[in-house]
Amino acid sequence: MSGLRIRKARVLDPASGRDEELDLEVEGGRISALGRDLPGRPEHVVEADGLWLAPGFVDLHSHLREPGQEYKEDIASGSLAAAAGGFTTVCCMANTDPVNDSPAITEYIRRRARESARVRVRPIAAATQGLRGEIMTEMISLTKAGAVAFSDDGEVIRDAAVMRRVLEYARGVDRPVIAHCEDPDLRGAGVMHEGGCSTACGLTGSPAEAESVMVARDLELARLSGAHLHIAHVSAGRSVELIREAKERGVRVTAEVTPHHLTFTDEIVRNYDTNAKMAPPLRSARDREALREGLADGTLDCVATDHAPHAAYEKDVEFTAAPFGVVGLETALPALLAVVRSGALSELEAVAKLSHAPARAFGLRAGTLEVGALADFVLIAPELAWKPEPSDLRSRSKNSPFLRRELVGRVVGTFVAGERVFDLGTGS
Amino acid sequence: MRHLLGIEGLSREEILRLLDTAEAMLEISQREVKRVPTLRGKTIVNLFLEPSTRTRVSFEIAAKRLSADAINLQASGSSLSKKETLADMASNLEAMNVDLLVVRDRTAGVPKMLADRVRIPVVNAGDGAHEHPTQALLDALTLRQSFGSLEGRVVAIVGDIAHSRVARSDLLVFSALGAEVRVAGPPTMIPPGIEALGVKPYFSLEDALAGADAVVVLRIQQERLEGALFPGEREYAQNWSLTRRTLALAKPEAAVLHPGPINRGVEIASEVADAEPSRILDQVTNGVAVRMAVLYQLTGSEQ
Ligand SMILES: [Zn+2]
Repeated sequence: MSGLRIRKARVLDPASGRDEELDLEVEGGRISALGRDLPGRPEHVVEADGLWLAPGFVDLHSHLREPGQEYKEDIASGSLAAAAGGFTTVCCMANTDPVNDSPAITEYIRRRARESARVRVRPIAAATQGLRGEIMTEMISLTKAGAVAFSDDGEVIRDAAVMRRVLEYARGVDRPVIAHCEDPDLRGAGVMHEGGCSTACGLTGSPAEAESVMVARDLELARLSGAHLHIAHVSAGRSVELIREAKERGVRVTAEVTPHHLTFTDEIVRNYDTNAKMAPPLRSARDREALREGLADGTLDCVATDHAPHAAYEKDVEFTAAPFGVVGLETALPALLAVVRSGALSELEAVAKLSHAPARAFGLRAGTLEVGALADFVLIAPELAWKPEPSDLRSRSKNSPFLRRELVGRVVGTFVAGERVFDLGTGS
Repeated sequence: MRHLLGIEGLSREEILRLLDTAEAMLEISQREVKRVPTLRGKTIVNLFLEPSTRTRVSFEIAAKRLSADAINLQASGSSLSKKETLADMASNLEAMNVDLLVVRDRTAGVPKMLADRVRIPVVNAGDGAHEHPTQALLDALTLRQSFGSLEGRVVAIVGDIAHSRVARSDLLVFSALGAEVRVAGPPTMIPPGIEALGVKPYFSLEDALAGADAVVVLRIQQERLEGALFPGEREYAQNWSLTRRTLALAKPEAAVLHPGPINRGVEIASEVADAEPSRILDQVTNGVAVRMAVLYQLTGSEQ
């Protein structure tokens, strides 16, 4: 049967560089045709005049909290948040309870995803057993079980020799190792960026160098091992320089940046809003500028949300006691469109950084609208202004620094394998 | 002024009005019957989540002299009890129908966070390494008594600036009143970006004291001396202690302030603490007057 046609959308497909008004047709869960005034009468037609049609977004860094912390989020609620944000593929981090450090847990997550997820969920397994930074995980078996990458995110592999062996071993399965770069000793008790703001607030700061010294170490180890290193949530301008230089020398490194680090600076911590507390912290305006430049010139390959849900009661405590992390799946697109308005990125580039670029970084089959590809795509109202209230967010947790701020651009429809998994109009 | 959460955000006029009110309150403290009925029927809660006898007693005396009922709530543990949120605490306090909340906490930002969640005025009685505005106001009052005005005066603040809420509030209030503020200590105790607050850092006690009109000596906490910030007490005492010799570098009759309690022989020598230019006991007297002024302005009829 001829299934679904999206009519007269502005198609933005970074893989082909296409940016024009076209119809897109889906059959059997795949894109079957792309063109002007397609012939025939499909069963369903969506009129998309004035909307953008882009590949479904791909998030390389989400915490879906299942198993173990379902009161913060689970795969069902997290995937609903993903769909509402335009993400059709989400890679979920290993710091669940129990930790995803064995094939049984990886298989459990994939089964739960099949049962309850609206979007594609790809597990990231731990790099070391129990995230303890000592003994590496069974990476070959984990890869066979479906792990797409390895990371101790949230914890840092302190011992450089362990990190070296992890990288070397991961090279054997040709999967990236994702590094959360923060030197735990330099960071100390830091709860925000160290600088004039931390001094004025009286909060302990963590210097940008807590990140960049670890980035430098891991880049050297990536070069030594020849492995693919992926640097998570880059926050410091100096880290961008180090990554740029390593790429020039041919080190196999990719890197991501979050929407919140591209948007905010440490200034928003001044009122002790615990929804502005995450690791690494929001840094200076100069750092933010360097992140935008790094994203534009490709030093930072893509955007990843570091979606980290926490219950309201966990965040409604003293700033120092609140957990690190913010939700991000549902506000990534408008955050990127604000970067577009700042002049740092084109519209097509912004779409690429959310879809094609992350898919390419991890070698995932996603992020393209070519004929024959899986029909994972998103419809966007680029001019739609909104101020997110907690009730607008589908995530079980509402810990967003974007709450009640004026945003422009919103996902109105999300499709996975041609099935509509999110419709802003009907609210489902 | 709805709350007193810090010196930051206060205008010069608001500061001067508080100091003028405090001067009037000083007079009450010198009467035979040290009590006026101004705040009769008002209830003030002193919520001290970090223990502090001096500041709490000072607030308590201030409340009593204005005929308010003062209730002390002290935390048994270190901070909020497990699983209690700031919203829980705020609604509990509101349910007690109190008129003003005085908050001391070991964490920066807690008075501000509570103020965002309650409808009553909140006074910050010291929060972590952030601010201690009533201490700064009493220091400013003490210096004003010495000099008449702080305009153009040079004030050096010496010690662990990075971890001191007194330093932050002091430098803000002195700068607002027109003084030139120097902060001095070993570089590990000077926080990054301090220049943005309008002060100049000094890494030598002698340089900082040269020509100063006043010196604020901060209390050195033992745990900092034994931590990574400083090699030890002996080195600190030999190089950073305010002694008769180092004080001689300042202007004659320079005022010496210390927020107390003092560590004799560490940050200040007894010969200085107990001698004439020291205003340490005046500070205690002024502390009660300043706190009376704050309570009066925030709960009194004149709002
Ligand atoms: Zn991380």
